[in-house]
Amino acid sequence: MSETLGMAPDAPRPWENNPVLTVQHVFMRFGGLIAVNDLSFSVGRGDITALIGPNGAGKTTVFNCITGFYKPTQGMLQLEHASGATFLLERMPDFKISAKAKVARTFQNIRLFSGMTVLENLLVAQHNTLMMASGMTILGVLGLPSYDRAEKRAVEKARYWLEKTGLTARADDPAGDLPYGAQRRLEIARAMCTEPELLCLDEPAAGLNPRESAELNALLLGIRKTEKTSILLIEHDMSVVMEISDHVIVLEYGTKIADGTPTEVRNDPRVIAAYLGVDDDEVEIVEERLDQIIEGAAT
Amino acid sequence: MADSPVIKHGSDISAAVKDSLLSGLIALGLFGPLVGLRTEQNMRNELVVQGRWGLLASVIGIIIVGRFLLLTLVWPAMAARKERAGPVSETPSAARQAVSRWFAPASVVFLFLYPAIVVSLLGFQGSLKWVDNFGIQILIYVMLGWGLNIVVGLAGLLDLGYVAFYAVGAYSYALLSSHFGLSFWLLLPMAGIFAALWGVMLGFPVLRLRGDYLAIVTLAFGEIIRLVLINWREVTNGSAGISSIPKITLFGIKFDASPDGFARIMDLPISSAYYKIFLYYLILLLALLTAFVTIRLRRLPVGRAWEALREDEIACRSLGINTTNTKLTAFALGAMFAGFAGSFFAARQGFVSPESFTFMESAIIVAIVVLGGMGSMVGVALAAVAMIGGTELLRELAFLKTIFGSNFNPDQFRMLIFGLAMVGIMIWKPRGFVSSREPTIFLAEKKSISGSLVKEGHG
Repeated sequence: MSETLGMAPDAPRPWENNPVLTVQHVFMRFGGLIAVNDLSFSVGRGDITALIGPNGAGKTTVFNCITGFYKPTQGMLQLEHASGATFLLERMPDFKISAKAKVARTFQNIRLFSGMTVLENLLVAQHNTLMMASGMTILGVLGLPSYDRAEKRAVEKARYWLEKTGLTARADDPAGDLPYGAQRRLEIARAMCTEPELLCLDEPAAGLNPRESAELNALLLGIRKTEKTSILLIEHDMSVVMEISDHVIVLEYGTKIADGTPTEVRNDPRVIAAYLGVDDDEVEIVEERLDQIIEGAAT
Repeated sequence: MADSPVIKHGSDISAAVKDSLLSGLIALGLFGPLVGLRTEQNMRNELVVQGRWGLLASVIGIIIVGRFLLLTLVWPAMAARKERAGPVSETPSAARQAVSRWFAPASVVFLFLYPAIVVSLLGFQGSLKWVDNFGIQILIYVMLGWGLNIVVGLAGLLDLGYVAFYAVGAYSYALLSSHFGLSFWLLLPMAGIFAALWGVMLGFPVLRLRGDYLAIVTLAFGEIIRLVLINWREVTNGSAGISSIPKITLFGIKFDASPDGFARIMDLPISSAYYKIFLYYLILLLALLTAFVTIRLRRLPVGRAWEALREDEIACRSLGINTTNTKLTAFALGAMFAGFAGSFFAARQGFVSPESFTFMESAIIVAIVVLGGMGSMVGVALAAVAMIGGTELLRELAFLKTIFGSNFNPDQFRMLIFGLAMVGIMIWKPRGFVSSREPTIFLAEKKSISGSLVKEGHG
């Protein structure tokens, strides 16, 4: 890693010290296509880590591997709680990664329960806690007070996140009726209601206007400050990435090309080449790759 | 013709006359050969063409007059009303809210009083038809509709083989009661449990399928159960079915003419109406149990997970919900209520055969759920009344024979009329009778959710 950066000292970086997530030599192949190629990185505990790269670089694939929607072809994903419990994510089914390993995620194309109210969305997120409280439904059907108390607590937690995301006034409206920016915030609130150890946000600022983008920054910084949740985010909006992240990882064609603090990454020649273009003698290669990307986007 | 411009308010009479005469011409072309000509065999086995000119003329006359009235009166009136009404307001009026609030409790009260009303109007003997054919028959389908509503309406899993679980319940009761003499009250829960077990057994391999594939496999499962019932003669007595299934007793009291029967004990004249009324209340209670459990479950995490599953399965998994288990509980619970209803059905009929569990039954139950509005209890109940009550009412239309001749059998037009009614309802109310969704919990104010936001599930 230090040689790809060309500037990093050999001393361990802060995020390698007690990381919440360690990704080691992960490959993801779809038939002949290598979407993720020997990727290794660490997500520091309590950090906001950004995963950036041009379109088709494999960022969402990495997310899907972390959250169990894909099984990586090869490699190891180790999650460690603050309590010391460790989980090998590549061996767990997706719903257990959320329920047991406490990794929550949002989606690039928002996936809310649009026909349910905002409050119901946040209660579905607390399904496993409430399920235990309702005695696997049996006690709940009988109407025992212990379940009512658990539900009250769940509503309180939902209310806390509604206030944080500024959605209290819309709590009883269907989620599908909210404006776009509010839907993005609700998706984050819903993910936070699962009390995650690691929160994975897939392009949370996509489609937001500058004001909403600033609100999102404040929300994420607030989460880092008050919760014990680490954040891993995919983002194209550099104002978000450079402003709030502690650590940036840059992917291109499934390979990591840079890994460091925002300032380091911003000045890395390979990152600049990936985003802004390269010297004349490399144009052919770049054009070829661009064609691939366009094809990939078209299909 | 259909896309000819609607004549404006001034009602251009001559244009309307022209248009309707043109419609008549087209009708003549269409119906001339279809209605006007008829071939019959004469004595020498030759086909002779007979003209039915009177009938043809009346058909064409109806079309011309109808078209003229549509053009001059109906469509202008409708257009004017649309203009007056302006944009349709989203919030329902206070009166409508009151109706939707009190409708369900009022109908439950009415259902409890229904036998008493019928008996007081028509006497015990006259009440038989109304309690049995209308009351019990409709309530069985209300219960089946509510049971399937859990699977299709809440969890969004399209199950086209629901009748299989109904059959499991019916045959469980029929076999166990006639071979081992077990009582209905013991077999009722057992039938439900058996059906639920079959639901889980079917569910495990099948629930990884989605949408159309799930529908096809459940349909196949329904057929498999029926074919097993036909062909496993040693146990099920094949297509001849099982007859003389024991009746239900009330704390050991039989409803027959024996000295210790219900009529003698109560010192009432002997009549079969008591048993029917007893059955009516039994199925009413069973249906209300289904409703109670469903309403309860909707407010519990499992019910919310069902609805979330219908909305977005991937999001459910990302929130740590075990979607397989959640689907299985929906399947098993729906199957259990079908099992209850099945055992009641067997006891009520006293006879079961595979005839009663054809795909048609599944289709009717799915139609009830879709027509009622997926997920809505009141809507499903209304749809069951319309579908099953409608069928029964058609049997009552004997007076139509005086119009259409003695060969006319309204029963044969049942499906045609239902088809038309379904098409009409799907045009005007595409999401069913009750399309809005009631939230299960609220912070400040309960607002019902417009049906256009609620998803229908995709398997």
